[in-house]
This record gives sequence, structure tokens and C-alpha cells, in this order.
Amino acid sequence: MAEAAAALPRPWPRLTAKVGGSLGPGAALLYLCLLVGLPVAALADRAATTHFWSAVTAPQARSALELTVAMAVLTAVIDAVTGVLVAWVLVRDRFVGRGLVNAVIDLPFALPTIVAGLVLLSLYGPGSPVGIDVAQTRMAVLLALLFVTLPFVVRAVQPVLLALDRETEEAAACLGARPWQAFRLVVWPAIRPATAVGAGLAFARALGEFGSIVLISGNLPFHTQVASVFISGRVESGDIPGAAAVSVVLLAVALVTLAALDLVVRRSRRRG
Amino acid sequence: MSIDVVNVSKAFGGFRAVDDVSVSFGRGRLTALLGPSGGGKSTLLRIIAGLEEPDSGRVYVDGQDMTHVPARRRGVGFVFQHYAAFPHMTVRDNVGFGLRVARVDRTTRARRVDELLDLVHLQGLAERYPAELSGGQRQRMALARALAVEPRLLLLVEPFGALDVKVRAELRAWLRHLHEQVNATTLFVTHDQEEAMELADQIVLVNEGRIEQVGTPEDLYDRPANEFVMAFLGATTRLGGVAVRPHDIEVFTDPVDGGTQAMIERVVGLGFHSRIEAALPDGSDVTVQLTRAHAHELELRTGDIVYLRAIAGAASHAG
Repeated sequence: MAEAAAALPRPWPRLTAKVGGSLGPGAALLYLCLLVGLPVAALADRAATTHFWSAVTAPQARSALELTVAMAVLTAVIDAVTGVLVAWVLVRDRFVGRGLVNAVIDLPFALPTIVAGLVLLSLYGPGSPVGIDVAQTRMAVLLALLFVTLPFVVRAVQPVLLALDRETEEAAACLGARPWQAFRLVVWPAIRPATAVGAGLAFARALGEFGSIVLISGNLPFHTQVASVFISGRVESGDIPGAAAVSVVLLAVALVTLAALDLVVRRSRRRG
Repeated sequence: MSIDVVNVSKAFGGFRAVDDVSVSFGRGRLTALLGPSGGGKSTLLRIIAGLEEPDSGRVYVDGQDMTHVPARRRGVGFVFQHYAAFPHMTVRDNVGFGLRVARVDRTTRARRVDELLDLVHLQGLAERYPAELSGGQRQRMALARALAVEPRLLLLVEPFGALDVKVRAELRAWLRHLHEQVNATTLFVTHDQEEAMELADQIVLVNEGRIEQVGTPEDLYDRPANEFVMAFLGATTRLGGVAVRPHDIEVFTDPVDGGTQAMIERVVGLGFHSRIEAALPDGSDVTVQLTRAHAHELELRTGDIVYLRAIAGAASHAG
């Protein structure tokens, strides 16, 4: 196993080796630099010119950051459970309207998030037709995040479940495993990496979510104000460096998340 | 254990995979479910294992009705055609799976797994993953995994189907030996009549969801119940409107009682035996198989007129 991992090509030396040789990678890198690298650098520059630490640790900024990360973690965890459940039902169960449900899963991706926010506000806000008013609570923030991140885990797990050899579960049953044992010992290890990746992406998305939250959360400082809304407020009141400082923290958390996901994917690839 | 399948039917959509089948399998015997692909033999095996519920009919094991007992409580060892190895587990964990879910303690489990790996000649590969094994090794791992729970009934689907010819021959002899060692009632599905004849005490010939014949390999070969069984078990040719085996036809150079006149069209040497292709007066073709020495002795040549007669007591079917 260790040998197999060592034999995998390391991406970085390969990339540099080819950059000089052909136009394609050069153009791609330039594009990425302009699109991602430059803004990140500019952001870091803005953040560095001010008292970065004091801006980030200011009570309201800290509260917004803490709430954001906590909500994103909670979202990722709930998504992992419900996403696997939804994917399982879509792949394994035959029911009327399955195709429709399958199509609707992607709706949160297609819908502009501010529209999602408006829908949530009219549904779960003051004067709710279903009698649930969670506007201006943390529950509202969580609800909005769960809505916009719904597809991540479902779409990551679905193809893996489809490709799964059903006979392994039958083999487990013949060996005396109960259905949940077969799931835990045979199915779960197979879908675990996909679940982790889906949940990780949902987490990253939840960190930066703005549109769906801004209307229903009420943006109460120290209560429902998330980092993205806080940043928007800073910008509006002319505190660009303060906004940049909080943005850099979000960026750092997102980068760490992506790196962790990469690790998960690599580890799962070692087994053939 | 003995198994009685009584009036079992199973359809998938409009397709009748198993059609009112009744058959018994004796304790401790090695039985082949033989038949063409799609004939329902795998479905029958899956019904016996509890992986499939029959639409109607009953399955008894040692006289006890098991029709609606789930697979996990049947104590059946099942070996899948493509092995169904657990890819994320080592060979050791694959083989020990049944003991693990039965909550057998770690030390006993390790000892038992080592014994099984010895039995299937996989000692030293315990820490490998299935992807790191050859087809034959994976097959033996699947067998060890099935045997770990000490099943009294062992079911195998096309156990040698995915292996190359040489490995297949080795594993056949080995499976026969193993069957005697573990003392389980063994059923295997195959579409290869040679495999069935070499391995099995009893053959159940299944075709189009029905059983054509049950018997020893000799019964089916020498006393086929119908022309389908006869053709499935070996080569046939037609002599005077009757199906016979090419090696059951005698060749005479002079007229003989009950002989049919024929003209030789081709003599093909095939090593140990020779194949004679001849035409009958009515224009139909017949194939005869002789030993090479016998063919030489008769000095058969293309264009010769000979007289053909089926050996007395030969398997035959008027069609």
C-alpha cells in the first residue's frame, strides 16, 4: 500500500515540467492567476495594510466568524446524514415521482440564492402559511444553509451507490449480517469518501453563503449575523480593510477544507 | 442437510425464470445444476439461498419450511460468480466477516481464519486486498469466506466461469477434494457439461425454467430423458431419423443387418480419434467418430461406400 501511494505521480513537479513546454498549461495557469490568484493577493494586501488582528478579533467580527463556522459544521454534518439517505432512496427505491424528485434535488443550485432567501422568508417568516416563523433566529440561518447545500452530498454519493456491486451486500447477508451491519461494514466504507467530499463542499459553500441568509436571518449582530453579511455591512460603511481581514479568515478556512478533502480523496484512491 | 424444492415458481416481469420446479438434493452430495445460460438455474440457487423469494412453492431444508426465512438465518455458504469480495477489507477481514458479525472473539477468529487460509492455500496473503489477488486466489478467498460460518449447505454460481482454462482444471480437482473434506451438501451452477460430469455425483439439467432430467452423470449421458438432454451432454448426429452419439455408430465395409448405406465425404484425423463425415442416400449427413487405429484398419477413404449401424444399447432418441 505504501509503495502504491509512492508510485502515484506528484502533481506539482509534473505541472512545472510541462509549463515551459507547451502553450496550453501556460494559458490555463495565466487564466487561473487572473481569476483566482490576483483577487486573493489583492484581498491579502488589503487585509495586511490594517491592524489585521484587531479587526478580526473585534467582538462583532469574532461572533460573526464563530457563528459562520459553527453553522457550516452543523450544515455539513446534517447534510452528510440526510444526503446519504436521499441518495440511497433515489438509487435503491422505486416509487412514483422518483424522476421528478431526482430533478428537484438540483433546484438549489439553479435557483439564485436571493430568490431562495425570499422563498424561505415567505414560507418560514412572519405570516408563514405553514405557521412556522423562524425569521431572525439561528434556526433560519441553518435552514437556509441546508437548503442551498442539499445537492452536494446527494450528488457525490449517488454515482458511487449506483456503481456498487449489490452482490457484496448479498454476500454479507449470507454470512449472517443484518441489513444495518451490511450497510455499516460493506456499503458505508465504499461511500465514505464521497460523503466526506460532499460534506466538505457543503461546508465550504456554507462558509460564504450570503443571498439565502441575508433576508431571513435579520442580521442581528452577536445573534444571527454571519461573516458574509458582516463583511457586506463593513463594505457599506466604508471599512474596506476590516472587511478584507474577515474575508481572509474565511478564505483560509476554505483552503484548509479543500486541502483536507484532497487528502480524503487521495487516501481512498490507494485501495483498488 | 437435505433440500426439497416443491413447486417453486419465480417470474421477473413477464419472464418465467423458474417454472413450477420440484427437486430434492441429498445430504452430503455434490450436485450440478446444469443448463444453458438464462435457463433459470442461478435463480433456483438464489431461491434456495434466500436471496430471492419464490412467487409460489416451498423450500424445505431438513424437512423444515425455510421459504420465508431471510438469507442471513439460513446458514448457507454462497459463492458468487464474480466473488463479491469486500474491496476495502483485507483477505483476513473478508474471510473473517461471518465470524465478526456473529461476534466471535478476536483470537478465535484469527485462529479460524488461519485454518481456512491454509485450507484454500492462501497462507501468506492474509494482509492483501482483493484487488491484489489473481482470479483464482480471489475465488479461493470467496470460498474460504463462505466456509468460515461452517455452512451445511454450500452454493456456488459458475465457480470456474471467470477463470482461464488451466486454473479451472486445477480448481475443479481441488473443489471435489474440498467437498469431501468439509462434508457439506454442495450445489453448483454451471453451463459446462464437462465440468458437471467431472465433478458432480448428481446432475440436475435445467432448461427454460424447468427441470429436464435428474440423475447421475452416467444416467444423463447414457439414458437421456429427451433429445435436449442428449444434445446438451455431448455431440449427437442423426442416423435413420434417430439421434445417436457419433462414437456409438459402427462402420462396416460390407453390407450388414440393420446397416444403413452411406458414402464417405471426408475423413478427418483428430489425434486419438478420427471423424468420418458421410452422406446417406436420402441426402442427409451423418458424423461418425472412430479411434484412429480402427479407421486405419478399415482403410476408409473419401468416396467409399460403407454401412453404418448404431451400437446395441446406445443412447438414442427418435426426434
